[in-house]
Amino acid sequence: MTTQTDIANAASALAVRASELAEMARNAAVAVQPVAEHAEPFLLLLTVFLMACFVGYYVVWNVTPALHSPLMGVTNAISSVIVVGAIHAAASAESGAARFFGFLAVMLAAVNIFGGFLVTRRMLAMFQNKKKA
Amino acid sequence: MATISSLAYLVASVLFILALRGLSHPTTSRQGNMFGMIGMGIAIVATMLSSHMDVGGFALIIAGLAIGGTVGAYLASKIQMTSLPQLVAAFHSLVGMAAVFVAASAFYSPESFGIGTRGHIHAQSLIEMSLGLAIGAITFSGSVIAFAKLDGRMSGAPIIFKGQHMLNAALGALLLVLVIAFVVTGSSFLFWTIAILAFGLGFLLIIPIGGADMPVVVSMLNSYSGWAAAGIGFTIGNTLLIVTGALVGASGAILSYIMCKGMNRSIINVLLGGFGSEAGGAAAAGAATDRAPVKAGSPEDAAFIMKNAQKIIVVPGYGMAVAQAQQVVREMADLLKKEGVDVSYAIHPVAGRMPGHMNVLLAEANVPYEDVHELEEINPEFADADVAYVIGANDVTNPAAKTDKSSAIYGMPILDVERAKTVFFVKRGMASGYAGVDNELFFRPNTMMLFGDAKKVTQEIVQALQR
Repeated sequence: MTTQTDIANAASALAVRASELAEMARNAAVAVQPVAEHAEPFLLLLTVFLMACFVGYYVVWNVTPALHSPLMGVTNAISSVIVVGAIHAAASAESGAARFFGFLAVMLAAVNIFGGFLVTRRMLAMFQNKKKA
Repeated sequence: MATISSLAYLVASVLFILALRGLSHPTTSRQGNMFGMIGMGIAIVATMLSSHMDVGGFALIIAGLAIGGTVGAYLASKIQMTSLPQLVAAFHSLVGMAAVFVAASAFYSPESFGIGTRGHIHAQSLIEMSLGLAIGAITFSGSVIAFAKLDGRMSGAPIIFKGQHMLNAALGALLLVLVIAFVVTGSSFLFWTIAILAFGLGFLLIIPIGGADMPVVVSMLNSYSGWAAAGIGFTIGNTLLIVTGALVGASGAILSYIMCKGMNRSIINVLLGGFGSEAGGAAAAGAATDRAPVKAGSPEDAAFIMKNAQKIIVVPGYGMAVAQAQQVVREMADLLKKEGVDVSYAIHPVAGRMPGHMNVLLAEANVPYEDVHELEEINPEFADADVAYVIGANDVTNPAAKTDKSSAIYGMPILDVERAKTVFFVKRGMASGYAGVDNELFFRPNTMMLFGDAKKVTQEIVQALQR
C-alpha cells in the first residue's frame, strides 16, 4: 500500500514541477519574442552566408591549380557585386552625401567588374589557344 | 518588384557559383567566365529596375558605370601578363574602397536601405556596417601596399621595427573599442575614425611582409575583399552580396592555405612577416667560401647536353617572369622537341607572385597545358630526367629543405631537381634566394651554373641549338 501512495505522490509532485517548467518556458518565450522578431531575418541571412561558405569551399577545392590566377580574376570581378549596394546608394535622393559616395562606389566597382572579367577572359584564352596548337 | 529582384539575385548567385565551378578545367573555364558576366549583368539590371530613382540618380549611375568600365577595360586589355599580380592587388583595393563608400552612404541614408532613419540606425545594422567598413578599409590600404611592393614602387623587403606587433595588436583592440562605441552612439565622427584607423592598420599589417610572400598576401586580400562584400550584404540585407562575399572569402582563404602549405609555414608566420630578412646574407656568404667550387658552364655546353638528352624538365620561377623569358623558353623547348627530346615543366605552388602565375605565363607563351605539371605529379620523374633546367627559381629547389633542420625553409615541399643527371641553374649571380638561405645545389658535381640574365642565356642556347 505504502509504495503505491509513494508513487502517486511522486507522480503528482512531478506534474506540479512540469507545469512550473511549462510556465517558465512560456515566460521565457514571451520575453524573447521581441528580440526573436529582429533576430529572425538575421538568422536567415546567416544561414545563407554559412551555406555559401560551404559551397565556396567545395567548389574552390575543385579548381585546378593551373587556373588559380584566373580564379583570382573571377573572384575579384564577382566581389564587385557590391555595385548592387552602390547603385541603391546612388539612386537614393534623400541625402547628397549618400548619393556622392554611391556614385564613387559605382565607379570603383565598375573598374573591377570590367577589368576583372576581361583580364580573366584574356588569361583563359591563352589556356585555350594551345589546345589546338 | 521586390520579388523579381530577389529572384534575379538568386539566379545571379547560381551563375556566380557556376563561374567558379567552370574553372575546374580549362575547357569549361571560358564558359564559366561567361556565366559570371551574365550573372553580374542580371544583378546590375535588376537593381536598376527595382530601385526607385529619379533621372539624376539614373544619370549618375550610368556615368559611374561608363567611367569605371572604360578604365577597367583599358587596364585589362593593356596589362602585361607578368604584371598580373599587381593588377589584381590594385583591383582588390578598389573593392575595399567601394565597400567603404557603400558603408558611408548606408550611414548617411539608412532609409534607402531600410535599416532605420538618419541618426537612428538599428544597432545590429551598425555592427554589420562597421564590420564592412573596417574590413573594406583594411583591404584597401593593404592592397595598395601589396600593389606598391609588387610593382616595384616600393622595396619588396620587409619593413620591420621594434614593437610592431604590439602596435598592431593595440590598434586592433582600439578598433574594437571604437566599433562598440560607434554601435552605442551611432556618431559620424566615430564612423570616420574607424575608417582612418582601419586604413592605418591595413597599411601596417602588410609592410612587414616580404616580396616572395606576396602570393599569400594577394590571396588573403582577395579573401578580405569577399568578407567586406559579405559584411555590406548583411548591412543592407542583400543575399546576393552575402553569397558572393562568402564564395570569394572562401576562395581567397583556400588559396592562402595552399600557398602557406607550399612553403610549410603557418599563415601567422607569414603575416608576422620579416621572413628571411636577417642573418641570411651573412650565413650564405660564410658558407659559400668553404665549399667545393661551383661549376659554371656556357650556353653552348648546355645546348650540347640538352640536345643529346632524352628527357628534360624545365623549372620556372619568378626570375623567368622578371626577365620576360617565357617565350624564349618555349622556343628552346620546341627546338629540343624537334630533336626528339621529351620536354615538360614543373611548377611549384609558390612559384611567381600570385597563385598560378607561372601557369598563366607559360600559357601566354603557348606552352601546351598537358606539358605543365604540379609538384606532386612531376617529382617522381626527376630521377629519370637527364636535365633539369632551373630558370629563375631557387628556394623551391633547395635540398636543404629536406635535410637541414636548422634551415629557414626546412620542411618546405621542394622540386627534386637534384635527382636529374644534370642540373642547369640559370642565375644572375651567386646570391641566395628570398629565404636568405644558401642553395647547396650550386655546389653539387651534377650542377652547372649558367650565369646571366634568364632571357639572354636561354636565347644563346636557342642560337646554339639552331646551329
